Amino acid sequence: MPLTPQTSALGLTTYKGSWLPQQTKHLLNRTLFGAKATDIKYFLDKGVIASVDELLNVQSSTIPPPLNEYNSTTFTDPNVPIGKTWINDISTDGTINSYRRSSYKKWLVSVWAGQERTIREKLTLFWSNHFGTEADAIVYGSMTYHHHQILRNNCVGNFKQMVRAVTSDPGMLRYLNGYLSTKTAPDENYGRELQELFTVGKDGGAKYSEDDVKNAAKVLTGWKIDANFNPVFDSNRHDTTNKTFSAFYNNTTITGKTSTNGALETDELLTMIFQKSEVAKFICRKIYRYFVYYAIDDVVETNIITPLANAFIANNFEIKPVLKLLLSSEHFYDTLYIGCQIKSPTDHVITFLRQFEIVFPDAITDYSDSYFLYNNMVTQLISMGQNPVDPPNVSGWPAYYQAPDYNELWINADTLPKRNKFTDLMLEIGYTKNGKKIIANTIQFAKTACPNPSDPNALIESFFSFLVSTDISTSLKSNLKTQILLTGQASDYYWTDAWNNYITNPTTINFNIVNTRLKTLLKYIMNLPDYQLQ
Amino acid sequence: MERKKFIRNSLALLAPTMISGNPIHILQDHPLLNTELLGTSSTDKVLVIIQLSGGNDGLNTVVPLSNYNNYYNARNNIALPEKKILKLTGNNATGIHPSMTAFQKLFLDGKLNIVQSVGYPQPSFSHFRATDIWMSGSSSDQYLNTGWAGRYLNYQYPGYPDAYPNSDHPDPIAIQIGSLASLTCQGPAVNMALSISDPSSFYNLIEGTDAVVSNTNAGYELSFLRSIAKQTNQYTVRIKKASDSVKQQVTYPNNSLAAQLKIVARLIKGGLGTKVYMVNYGGFDTHSGQVVLTDTTTGAHANLLKGLSDSVAAFQSDLSGLEIEDRVIGMTYSEFGRRIKSNASVGTDHGSAAPLFLFGKNVRGGIFGDNPTIPPTATSNDNIPYQFDFRSIYNTILQNWFCVSQVAEIEILLKQFPIMPLINASVCGANNKNSIFSKESLIYNYPNPFSNLTKIEFKTQGGHTILQLLNGAGIVVKLLVDTTYNFAGTNSYNLYGAGLSTGVYYIRMQNGDKIFVKAIIKI
Repeated sequence: MPLTPQTSALGLTTYKGSWLPQQTKHLLNRTLFGAKATDIKYFLDKGVIASVDELLNVQSSTIPPPLNEYNSTTFTDPNVPIGKTWINDISTDGTINSYRRSSYKKWLVSVWAGQERTIREKLTLFWSNHFGTEADAIVYGSMTYHHHQILRNNCVGNFKQMVRAVTSDPGMLRYLNGYLSTKTAPDENYGRELQELFTVGKDGGAKYSEDDVKNAAKVLTGWKIDANFNPVFDSNRHDTTNKTFSAFYNNTTITGKTSTNGALETDELLTMIFQKSEVAKFICRKIYRYFVYYAIDDVVETNIITPLANAFIANNFEIKPVLKLLLSSEHFYDTLYIGCQIKSPTDHVITFLRQFEIVFPDAITDYSDSYFLYNNMVTQLISMGQNPVDPPNVSGWPAYYQAPDYNELWINADTLPKRNKFTDLMLEIGYTKNGKKIIANTIQFAKTACPNPSDPNALIESFFSFLVSTDISTSLKSNLKTQILLTGQASDYYWTDAWNNYITNPTTINFNIVNTRLKTLLKYIMNLPDYQLQ
Repeated sequence: MERKKFIRNSLALLAPTMISGNPIHILQDHPLLNTELLGTSSTDKVLVIIQLSGGNDGLNTVVPLSNYNNYYNARNNIALPEKKILKLTGNNATGIHPSMTAFQKLFLDGKLNIVQSVGYPQPSFSHFRATDIWMSGSSSDQYLNTGWAGRYLNYQYPGYPDAYPNSDHPDPIAIQIGSLASLTCQGPAVNMALSISDPSSFYNLIEGTDAVVSNTNAGYELSFLRSIAKQTNQYTVRIKKASDSVKQQVTYPNNSLAAQLKIVARLIKGGLGTKVYMVNYGGFDTHSGQVVLTDTTTGAHANLLKGLSDSVAAFQSDLSGLEIEDRVIGMTYSEFGRRIKSNASVGTDHGSAAPLFLFGKNVRGGIFGDNPTIPPTATSNDNIPYQFDFRSIYNTILQNWFCVSQVAEIEILLKQFPIMPLINASVCGANNKNSIFSKESLIYNYPNPFSNLTKIEFKTQGGHTILQLLNGAGIVVKLLVDTTYNFAGTNSYNLYGAGLSTGVYYIRMQNGDKIFVKAIIKI
């Protein structure tokens, strides 16, 4: 048994090895919320380059926005009719906004579950965690929506521009108090996190000073939010003195500017920060940990992080080329990294919904029942420790950054049983609202996952290769076959017969015979610790 | 029970803050409490269910000596030689397979019940469906998502699993060894059984060793996940402690059933409050090669029956040595019996009713029911009609072993089934529902054989009486009488031959606790 995480010496050279279901699934596990059977089939024909290109070919989002689905006998939104979107309505009312934040979370689950074959949602979650705002602290639902739309629409675009947009984004201005910061009382919150969490980081090479934090805060004074929730630069509140930074920033001086020119200082500040190679390295390490594995030693630093950071800088902080290099590298496909990531709660829940192709009521035409059912998923995510768009603090979820455990932090004696209960529940009883039921269809799943589900050996093989990334012993597979699919009998014929009986004569009893056994098998597989890995 | 409760409550009063902090952990580690919890009590009754997977050939297990010629004719290639069949003390009409010497002894000791021809109307010949029927306790045309034991345990432990384990119930309420959680213990919400599916995982648990992982990062993370998974099994500590506390056991035979029963004895003695244990013994699907042709007392089936009989006897002797014999009974069942007539490949195909064993110090001992009727020239479609509904056995266990009330019986088994006198009356004391078992012939018909009409006269003791017509395959083809009579006496029913094909039929009568089956012939 290995005592420590291992690293691969392979570099960023394009992967030339075989393109089998294992590699395809690996790429999809890391760039989507799990791989559906149809996704694996689709990308299996394309090879590594075309697959990565297609996953990175993110179009701007055309997803219909979240709606008022929350009017009830006890509450009515005075500004937005039921069934209409609230994203452009300005409201500072606490109750209204608590409904809207909740509406946003349900909507977000619907977007995740219905994701296209691109990296967009997985990457948007990465950026949401990177710029770790909390919807509850922003309070206003519309600001949360627009904040995350910035991340969603720029997810593979230009990182520098994304930081610029986030810096004067009303959601961020509220979250880190930028809108309250004035020349007489500059608030250092954003000036600090901009450097420590969003760009330069706090790894070894990041040697900015406390004065740099104060000076950045001064540069950023003047930003506030108007009554229409737009960012405005108020030069009366801006500190017009010159700001001289430390040796880490080459003693750069940002000359104080008056009137609307004061806002230009923000761009100068980012230009100065982005001259530090630490920015590219910090972001590349974070990307590496999110998409590959958390262990970074000198070998990975030299072979992966440094060249990746160089490419980031050379491409003027365009995100797509960096991801393309990493996701098509021989390093990424080293077997050492296959299946080594512990699923986040979002991975766990959304992967299930996608792989079982759970059909929710339509979010536009049947919004009330639809959002109700999506809310069950939000509740599950919260109980497992990942409240959507509400990380514990500005650093994001510890599982994405906290050494030395990283994603092991998702799993403890409380959350692991909850994960198991979720899959059990979705297989056994699901959720129901007004007669509309979301539940796993085991027979459809068997047909999707396996070309020949009447063969119990093929069925077990397919379930494992589809649901699990680790090696499963042949003795376990054979035990499961005998005990579950064959109900203790020796001959494969008994399962084949039961399956064929159901197919040719789908009576309730024939259905139950097959369904009971598939449910038991799937519950068993999903309760294996192996299922928690991707 | 009262004394234990008192001690727990006083402990809770002594250390309220600790208790509220982490009740299970603190309670199980408290030395005083442990001795109490791990002590035995005569009210802590345990049922061990042995599933014989595949469909055991009942006719070669319990042989109708009184009908040996017909038995032999029906299956001459696999029939056991009359002289080799083991005799049962006090019973000349019935014998058991020559390999079951340990059962012969157990029978002599009064620790073995043989219940003849257990089944149900409209038997299923599918392993899957029949297993589901036995496990769920459903009728043939009914599909239940819960198991019979699961419904019982849910009645006994409402709200499981949310508030469990707790100080009153620190242990798994049911344990399944050797296979995955089965339908038997499926409750309305969750399966009530902790399943130790892989015996080696059980030994890993006891010995504290870990399963192997691959030398990759996935293997590294997997070993982490497994360590957490182990922690989350709140019963691990209890099971290990119970298991560790038993040092001395008898020698068990070397087969998978014995290995499972050995664990069960250890856990019961170790003090687990678990009510139901399920173990599994497979390989009974003997379509071919059931016996060795040159010596039909040997072969696959003989080995299985020897394994069963030796293992149960060792288990019984272990229970006796461990001084827990009073608390435990066991039951065997198989999803169906096998056909009366053997096939050409020296085996038997799927059948219907079959004998069932109950064992333990507190079973009454003896043979219950009549030898099955075997037609002089059995055809390949002939089956043994059931005398006793398997749910009568369940009901007897519920009411006369677990002392469940009659009201609960309906909740658990969904309708009433006659109770049989299988368990010592002293077990449930005043609540015992044992009834008199009558051997008196209750049905007479004339003419027999018949063609157009036969008049059936049946003797009822009053009360609910049903009369069923079963065909030669053991399937109920007609419900003749389903009436509640105000008075005891003889009543009659005219059975017309029109619409009945020729062959053997059975009239099965069930009147309260009395059951009687008679063969009739349509010509």
